[in-house]
Amino acid sequence: MSSDSHDVTVTVNGAQYRRQVESRLLLSDFLRHDLLLAGTHVGCEHGVCGACTVIFDGVAVRSCLMLAAQADGHAVMTVEALAADREHLHPLQESMRDCHGLQCGYCTPGILMTMKAFLEETPAPDEAQIREALSGNLCRCTGYQHIVDAMMLAAERLRS
Amino acid sequence: MKPAPFRYIAARTLEQALALKAEYGEEARFLAGGQSLVPTMNFRLTQPAVLIDINPLTQLAGTRQSGPESLHIGALTRYRDLERDPGTAQDLPLVAEALPHIAHPQIRNRGTIGGNLAHADPASEMPAIIVALAGRLRVQSTRGERWIAASEFFTGALVTALAADEMLVEAELPLAKPRSGACFMEVARRRGDFALIGVACTVRNDDDGRCAEARIGLCNAGDKPILAEDASQSLAGRPISTAQIDQAAELVQRAIDPGGSIHASKEFQRHLAGVLTKRALIEANKRAQREL
Repeated sequence: MSSDSHDVTVTVNGAQYRRQVESRLLLSDFLRHDLLLAGTHVGCEHGVCGACTVIFDGVAVRSCLMLAAQADGHAVMTVEALAADREHLHPLQESMRDCHGLQCGYCTPGILMTMKAFLEETPAPDEAQIREALSGNLCRCTGYQHIVDAMMLAAERLRS
Repeated sequence: MKPAPFRYIAARTLEQALALKAEYGEEARFLAGGQSLVPTMNFRLTQPAVLIDINPLTQLAGTRQSGPESLHIGALTRYRDLERDPGTAQDLPLVAEALPHIAHPQIRNRGTIGGNLAHADPASEMPAIIVALAGRLRVQSTRGERWIAASEFFTGALVTALAADEMLVEAELPLAKPRSGACFMEVARRRGDFALIGVACTVRNDDDGRCAEARIGLCNAGDKPILAEDASQSLAGRPISTAQIDQAAELVQRAIDPGGSIHASKEFQRHLAGVLTKRALIEANKRAQREL
């Protein structure tokens, strides 16, 4: 079996990147290794844990289940684009800090990107909707309650 | 970098995609949503030599009503789009009820109905639903096209009637009829996990309140999606009663051949199939009575 390479042009967090990628390079590894955007975490690498969630053309997807070659001509947003700068966190991040929504932080980037897309579509969610939206992101530290609290608070902050 | 090496080709046209599949046959796989295929490639359980990406073929996405009785769903239609479409609940209530059970939102954002059906996982929801609804599948190759009844499409675990050069291009599902009700229920250890057992059923009553037709499909109850024919036929001809529902549940338990796993023994799966069949039939019949 032979592999081949492809020239891709991908917009990531507003910046355009041109790279040559091997066919079998996963989008998650492309972001981390080729673009050095290591904010996207890689957990299970088969679509179960949600740690690698990014926003692809406006929707939350598992970046470990897509190929870098598939991103040619598309736009990706990663956790690096959430905060305006080092001093100003995004309301989602602020709320996670205020509610103690993370401990080890490994799952956090995936949760933030999942919830960014979700809150844009559902700005006034109830707790059940938040839990359903979070169902595809595993967290082994928090027991989820503080993440749910953080998301309720973030939704409120984003509305005001 | 997890998958074994392969050649990636983003198809520009359907004709090109079909020509490539005709050329490479079993060595090539179509890439739709990739939510089942890519995990198996990451584990190297699947090692295609050629991956034909059909995501650029947007004409394969979307639904269209072909007549008063049925809806055609393009193979590349993503589950999230069906979920967002208010028409789904109206026209395909069984599908609408099952959608939230299919994995998680991020998976449904990418996952397609065609990819899900062609993957033919017996534990998956949609194969059982299309079998329960007596749907049909249109497949295409460079040799032409043909329709395959859902009941004949699934031939085993992860195996379908698709020839090496064929692509599943659309599914045809019958629209909900008057005086009919549908219900989907499953038991999974966690929301979004594969079902230990899932039941998809439809009930249609006649003008006098007798059951005209019932169909019961099950997922994770054998090596392919199961249509419980004896149980389905046992309900027709009379108003649905508790005794009949109990009998249908027993017939379902006899018709299935669950594999058992560390999460649920065969006996437990069979027990669940009986309980869920009863509950789903009661609910579907209630809904049918409301739809006058």
